[in-house]
Order: sequence, then structure tokens, then C-alpha cells
Amino acid sequence: MSDQPILEVKEATKTFGGILALNRVSFHVNEGEILGIIGPNGSGKTTLINCITAFIKMTSGKIFFRGKDISRKPAHKIADMGLTRTFQIMRPYYSLPAYKNLVIPLFSPRAKRTGGWRGGGKLGDRNTVGIDILEEIGFERDSFVPYKMASTLPTGYLKRLELARCLALKPEIILCDEVFSGLSMSEIASMVPLIERLQMDGIALVMIEHRLRELFRVARRIMVLNFGEKLIEGTPEEVMADEKVKEAYFGSAEEVEEVMTYA
Amino acid sequence: MEQRRKERIDRGIKVRTDGLYALMSWRELGYLTLPRLVLIVGMLILPFVMPSMYWQRVISIVCIYALLAVSFDLLAHFVGLVSLGGALFIGVGGYISAIMNTSFGFPPLLAIPIATIAGAGICTLLLFPCLPLRGVYFAIVSLMYPLAMARVIEALDILGGTDGIMGIDSFPNRWIEQYFVILMVLLFLFGVRRLVNLDLGLVLRAVKDNDQAVRASGMNITFYKAVAVFFSSAMGCLGGACLVHIYMWSGISLFALDFSILPIAATVIGGAGTIVGPVLGCLILVPVSELLRDFGTLRIVFYSLILVAFIVFRSEGIMVYGQRKYHQIERWVKV
Ligand SMILES: Nc1ncnc2c1ncn2[C@@H]1O[C@H](COP(=O)(O)OP(=O)(O)OP(=O)(O)O)[C@@H](O)[C@H]1O
Ligand SMILES: [Mg+2]
Repeated sequence: MSDQPILEVKEATKTFGGILALNRVSFHVNEGEILGIIGPNGSGKTTLINCITAFIKMTSGKIFFRGKDISRKPAHKIADMGLTRTFQIMRPYYSLPAYKNLVIPLFSPRAKRTGGWRGGGKLGDRNTVGIDILEEIGFERDSFVPYKMASTLPTGYLKRLELARCLALKPEIILCDEVFSGLSMSEIASMVPLIERLQMDGIALVMIEHRLRELFRVARRIMVLNFGEKLIEGTPEEVMADEKVKEAYFGSAEEVEEVMTYA
Repeated sequence: MEQRRKERIDRGIKVRTDGLYALMSWRELGYLTLPRLVLIVGMLILPFVMPSMYWQRVISIVCIYALLAVSFDLLAHFVGLVSLGGALFIGVGGYISAIMNTSFGFPPLLAIPIATIAGAGICTLLLFPCLPLRGVYFAIVSLMYPLAMARVIEALDILGGTDGIMGIDSFPNRWIEQYFVILMVLLFLFGVRRLVNLDLGLVLRAVKDNDQAVRASGMNITFYKAVAVFFSSAMGCLGGACLVHIYMWSGISLFALDFSILPIAATVIGGAGTIVGPVLGCLILVPVSELLRDFGTLRIVFYSLILVAFIVFRSEGIMVYGQRKYHQIERWVKV
């Protein structure tokens, strides 16, 4: 039972009109593992997440979550099972303060089931729980930041807010779509331990990233996509040594060298 | 010499957020409750200020439009559904209450709640198919239903056909009529204001703000939209049910476009998204429109002109403007 993957994707295919955005992509994620997905722009990474979480309808293929076929389930049912995602283009509720953003996921059926934090319960009402989660994810509790309107928050905090929305659901797996991009080096440096802590809490992660150096610090297994096809899967070293990847992703061998020295 | 400077009254209150701490002194309490008291007391004494039969009738009509306007504001500004279905709600609620009263012999004060709940259920079911869709579909479908219903009743000659249903009981007396509709407006006004600040209300606002994020949070957005449509159509159906007992007649004019358009004009005038604003808008617009009754259908031109004028010159609406001015009131304090 324990060696059953938490998420298994079989031959996921998606066409937009004539464009083949995903071509029979198969992979799996193990319990508590961090899987990195890399690939050039437009290679279908976001499309893959959208298909898994049913935000767009897959053309063909199957998706199993803990052995259960979820290919035909609607998006909210999938999130309800604990398969959560962040959005590459952040989607906070701009008209609400940061901590009120979390009242919404905390109001969801899953949070009510798993969290035991009904309003006024022993964990306090949803506002308090929301602030607790924000603190965990790196909002300074005693500052004004958690109370600021989401529309006034800088990118770094919005990325954290995306993760916080997933955490409010007590997820089993989070699909992260470029949580590092748009962040400064120091912001990323403070995000990495956070990601490591999520893994220690037993949450599996799929991380789509362009920031390879930081990704290789946390993910031991990498999958490479190019033009909607899976090129290779393996450890960071294996993947970076592959000729096809060098060609598709970097164009030149020197850049690979540079990345590998830091990894 | 004594120094004095100006200070805004609301400053101290705003810093101490979230209710409890706002009540630090009687003066601040007064500052906060005064506008609400003015509105509540104002509405309650209206029937005495204008005791003539004619104006009392106008007050009832104002209240019915006010229910529609609050219902429009709730859907449009807190859920993101633009409803042109005022006429649908009025018609469905009105006909149900009329049937309950004439065919089953329920007294008005029993038929009205039944019509409110049952009507809201029917309207929600009717509008349900377009809830998963985004965009303009909800507006179009909600506009189409009342037009279609009027034609169906006419063509099939059901529910009294073009003559309508006659012999409907009125309220026991006109004071009960007045206070029933006034209390309902106050009830729903403060009820909706409460609702949008509950956690459920936050979810509804989130659906407007970003429905994809709500789906990603494991919530069925269609269900929450349906909940909002139910609340909203309940208000409209209540209005319609009251209306047939006021006129003692129910006919296809209940599906008239006025019930869809005037509440929107009132919302724009009063201040969209404030919930109180639309009620104020009705208090202004409906009596003026009564005075223009002689012009018949030309009145629609008048609503349109007012709408355009407000959108061009003061798009925020009376309520938002008034609120800002009220918060800017200053007093002199010693330094
Ligand atoms: N809704 C859509 N309609 C049509 N084509 C689309 C749609 N969404 C994505 N595509 C196309 O599918 C391909 C894959 O896009 P996708 O967004 O998945 O790339 P990505 O790997 O996430 O890129 P990036 O690194 O820039 O985020 C692109 O060619 C894109 O133009
Ligand atoms: Mg992408």
C-alpha cells in the first residue's frame, strides 16, 4: 500500500484546436516526494497542472489519485480530495485583506472535515486560523501585512498567499506552478526552508520551476517537458547530462555547466 | 491663549476595528448609530408623515421596489451576477401568492411567506442552468423569462389569462399593509448587510472576485451562486406577493419591465454595493416616477436620463458620497 504512488498520470493528452499542448505524458508522484517539472516556455507545464486539477478538460488520458480514477471529476471535487494547486498568475481575492482570503478555503467542506476549525471552535474562528496559517507561511504576525488588502501586496506575499490557500485545505499534495518566479534571491532563500518544511509535514509537492538552482536543492527527481512531450525523468544530474535536454532547454552546453556547479 | 484644531470624529473609531472596541464613549456610539437610527425611525414614521391614501400606497410601492433593489445589489455587487430578473421574481411571487389565496383560501399573511419560499425555489431552478456559465448569460436569461412567461400566460389563457386573477384578499387594513412592507425592507436590508460580512458572504464575494480560486479551494461555485440567487429571488418574490395583496389583483403586468429596470436605476443613484443606497434610491425615484404617472410609458425615458446623468456626473451614488462626507465631519478640540 505504501509504495502506491499518491498521484499517477497516464498518457495525458491535450489539444487546443490544432496545437498539441500535451502529448501522452505519463508520470507519478510518490508519497511525501518532491517532483520537479522543468521545460522551456510554452512546453505545456501549466496545461499539465490544469488538466490534472480539471481546470481544463483533458482530451484523453487518465489520472489516478491514491489509486482512484479522478479523470472525470470536477475541479472542486479534486481539491476536496486534497489535491491542491497554485496558479502561475496569482489569483488572490483582491478586494479582501490577506487574512480574509483564507476564510474562503477554511469555509470549504474539506477544511470543515479535516480541520475541526468551525467558527468558535477550540482553534478559534476562521480569522484567527487564517492569521495562524499566514504566520506559518512567512507573514509577520505582528505587522500590518496580514491585514493589508491583497491588491496592495507585493509579488512575494501573493505567492505565499497562493500556498497558504492550499495549506488551509490540509492538502495531501500541492501542485506549485512557478512559486519562485518573480521573487528576489533573498525572497527565494526564505521560501526554500518553507518548501522543505512542507515536505517534512508529509505533503507531496510537484514544483514547476524555471529557477533550476533552487529547484535542485529541494527536488531529487526531475521531469523535463518539451513541446508537450516528456523528454526524460531522473535525478538533476542525470537530467542535466542528457543531450536532448541540453539542446531543448539551454541551446548551449556552457549554461548547463554553470547551473550544475551550483546545484 | 488656548489653541484649538480640527479633528475627524471617525479617526478614533476606525483605529479600533471590529465592533467591540468601537464603543468607547456614548458620543462615538451616537456617531456610529445616528445614520442607522435616522433611516429606521424615518421609515417607521413615514406612514404618519403622509397619511393620505394615495401617498400611503406610494410608500408601499417604494418598499416593494426597495426589496428588488436590495436583491439586485446583493447579486450584482457581492456575487457578480447582473440580474435583470426583477420582473420574474415579482411575477412568480405574485402569482403564487394569488393562487394560494384564491384557490386554497390562505390568508395573505400566510400566503406571502409561502410564495416567498416557493417562489424563490422556482426562480432558482429556472435560473440554475445559466449559473455555471460566466458572462452575460445570466442577465439575458433573467430578462427573457418574464417576457416569455407573460406571453405563455396570454397564449395558453392559464392563470386568468389577460384578465389576471381577481378577488384576491387585501391586507387586514392599510396600517398592517404599510408596516408589514416597511418592516420587511428593514429586515432584509440589515439581514443582507449582515450576510455579506459573514463567512458565507465572504465566499460569495470571493466568487465575484475570483471564481477560479474558489474552485481551487474545493468549493462548488454553482452551489454558492444558487444560494445567493435563492436569497435574492426570495426578496423579489416577497415583494411580488405583497404587491398582489395591495392591488388585490394579479395579472401579466407583474412581469413588466419596470420591475427589472427601476431597481437598477435606483441602485446606481443610491450607490452600488452599499445595500442601503438602493433603498434610498427607491425612496427618491419611485415617488418622482409616481408624479410623472401622466406621462405613461415615457417614464422609461426619464429613468434613462436620470441614469445617464448619475453615471456621468456622480457615478459613486448618493450613499457613497454621503458616507464620505459624514466621515469627514470634524470637531474642534483643544490642543
Ligand atoms: N487556453 C488555451 N488555448 C489555446 N492554446 C493554449 C491555451 N493554454 C495554453 N495554450 C498553448 O499550449 C502551450 C503550452 O502552454 P503552457 O501555458 O502550458 O506552457 P508553460 O509550459 O506553462 O509555459 P510557461 O513556462 O511560459 O509558463 C502553448 O503553446 C500555449 O500557447
Ligand atoms: Mg506556465
